[in-house]
Amino acid sequence: METKNIMIVGVGGQGTLLTSRILGGITNAAGYDVKLSEVHGMAQRGGSVVTFVRYGDHVAEPIVEEGQADVLIAFERLEALRYAHFLKKDGVIIVNDWRIDPITVVTGSAEYPENILENLEKDHRVYSVNAMEEALKLGNSKVFNIIVLGLAAKHMDFKREEWLEIIEKTVPPKTVEINKAAFLKGFEN
Amino acid sequence: MSEKKIMLGNEAIARGAYEAGVKVSSAYPGTPSTEISENIVKYDEIYAEWAPNEKVATEVAIGASYAGVRSIVSMKMVGVNVASDPLYTAAYTGVNGGMVLVAADDPGLYSSQNEQDSRMVARAAMIPVVEPSDSNEAKEFTKYAFELSEKYDTPVMLRTTTRLAHSQGMVELCDRVEVSDKEYVRNPAKYVMMPGMAKKRHLFVEDRLNRMSEDGENFPINKVEYNDNSIGFITSGIPYQYVKEVFPNASVLKLGVVNPLPEKMIRDFASKVDRLIVFEELEPVMEEQIKAWGIKCEGKEIFTRQGEYSANMLRRVLKGLNVTETPAEVPARPPILCPGCPHRSTFTAIKALGLHAAGDIGCYTLGAIAPLSVIDTTVCMGASISTLHGMEKAKGKDYIKNWVAVIGDSTFLHTGVNSLMNMVYNQSTGTVIILDNSTTGMTGHQDHAATGKTLKGETVPAICLDELCKAMGVKNVFVVDAFNQDELKTVIKREVNREEVSVIIAQAPCALLKGQKFPNKCKPNSEKCKKCGACLRPGCPALTKNADGTVSIDATMCNGCGLCRQMCKFDAIDLVEG
Repeated sequence: METKNIMIVGVGGQGTLLTSRILGGITNAAGYDVKLSEVHGMAQRGGSVVTFVRYGDHVAEPIVEEGQADVLIAFERLEALRYAHFLKKDGVIIVNDWRIDPITVVTGSAEYPENILENLEKDHRVYSVNAMEEALKLGNSKVFNIIVLGLAAKHMDFKREEWLEIIEKTVPPKTVEINKAAFLKGFEN
Repeated sequence: MSEKKIMLGNEAIARGAYEAGVKVSSAYPGTPSTEISENIVKYDEIYAEWAPNEKVATEVAIGASYAGVRSIVSMKMVGVNVASDPLYTAAYTGVNGGMVLVAADDPGLYSSQNEQDSRMVARAAMIPVVEPSDSNEAKEFTKYAFELSEKYDTPVMLRTTTRLAHSQGMVELCDRVEVSDKEYVRNPAKYVMMPGMAKKRHLFVEDRLNRMSEDGENFPINKVEYNDNSIGFITSGIPYQYVKEVFPNASVLKLGVVNPLPEKMIRDFASKVDRLIVFEELEPVMEEQIKAWGIKCEGKEIFTRQGEYSANMLRRVLKGLNVTETPAEVPARPPILCPGCPHRSTFTAIKALGLHAAGDIGCYTLGAIAPLSVIDTTVCMGASISTLHGMEKAKGKDYIKNWVAVIGDSTFLHTGVNSLMNMVYNQSTGTVIILDNSTTGMTGHQDHAATGKTLKGETVPAICLDELCKAMGVKNVFVVDAFNQDELKTVIKREVNREEVSVIIAQAPCALLKGQKFPNKCKPNSEKCKKCGACLRPGCPALTKNADGTVSIDATMCNGCGLCRQMCKFDAIDLVEG
């Protein structure tokens, strides 16, 4: 199988690391060679963060480079735009329709771009969800990232049960049920 | 056991230490090395600790090695500078039980203050360097490093980079091999480094490196992959993966031991390929040696010394491919202090007083950027206090009345305490603010000597920072609530004007520390709001300005710290039950 390239982007603290762990788990369980590359440290304090996931028969390079991503999972609109040039021509963007102002916008030195989703749709297949709103309906805003993952999972090669099993293994025991519900919200809607 | 597991590079190094029979581990947290100790501690067979700094940690590992057990010490690359004093001399004494020092470099500066190459330190210290290129090698090479250490009687540096340390890959697990303790035999000629003994050991060190260079072609982790011989790469670590990605059919000399270099092996390889490329991130450490042997090769003429490498870099430089995609023009998103961070409050008070701050290393270094813009200087761990002292000695007491030094609790115990000693001894009049958030925050909340918990989770007596400062002779020590703007401003203003050393300990736990409850949220009252924007000035990410000039507060981000309420002169922000 040709190596599949996935990126998870967002704002430090949004839970990109948990999402990448689930992706690592499911690709590993399916018997693929897999490499993930993460950002720890300073950027985790509200900065722009990116995680790379590559899986296939044999994976050498641990990062996804410009023009190579099959799926871009973005937890925030501006971050989707920031990394869109990493996508292949036929790549898919899964985006949480949510805005977090960077400090450069808060202090007035930059403006938050308008119509991000509409502009991305001109060149890419874009699937969006207001996962924050949906997560609050489930009772915990923190599981929004798993809703986004559920939507992204529609564009990947694993089955519903495989996902649920790996979520059960990966998330803290007390949060298994709500995380499963969050996943299905994205996966089945 | 042949279980396979997906592991972070750092987790794999910890596993390697476990399988190698290591018994003692010491470290000070530092990105990208921290997770090594956080994983080692999961193995009950290994004693693991946080030391106050890398020098102490290295000496602990040296002591354990002299006593006859295998030991490991891990640190980020700037920590190697702190550890270099014991390291340069441990290179002379050699080891008893095997000893490995993990040096985690940070090409690309993801979380560091410089981009130094630890291989240069190892060359200067005349110790061997082992460099893995994926998680499985991280585990296997760690084990091999202990074999080299004992075989050649030397501490060994295991060099990683951020990309290896923080990438996950498949690892094949093996069982732990219990290594029996070596007998300790008194041997001053080897272990007491004074001139007469050290002169002889220097001869040993030189001979050791020569032997390792000669033996290099037989080290199983130095490998030649002969293939298409029109192009050949000498490479190691993560750059090897980029070569394999772009040139799967090229000939490659993949070095696992990158110091000393195996001269004969390199000469043989060079003679068999038409075009020789040395592909190494950061400094031309291998390239310069290879060129000094009169071997023709290309390196930094075509590849940069800056930042991380990539497969696309090879495609561009060697294949002439246009692989650059144009990114959208978007506002930058630099890291910021979290909502509810006590540092933001302390910096807001310092800013209100119009003071400069000599800064230090930690989350609070972010106080240098807008909108806080309080920190003027940042050099290294502990430097805030000593640079402030230097400024006073240069410009006098009055000059320093416009300055403070700011330093975190963990950083103060790391090396700041020595600098404070110097201020007392040499009669400074400066003001030091210890930003005490009860943790080592930036690296992900590690305990230290003043938190009362060890790496193993034991409860121990905590060093009391104010008592420590008083014991050193600081007469003016004040503990203040980091969220109380009035108190902060009153105390800081008074102390910068006092012509004696002062220490202000601004206390409040890190907002991300576990086990805290935040029952309240801040809520704007748009009827009372005068749209002055004062609440926005500290730059809390939970606040946004609405189109009509009023303010919204994101309830999912706010932890009710109340800083914005204190900024508001019109009582237009309420504290409500969340």
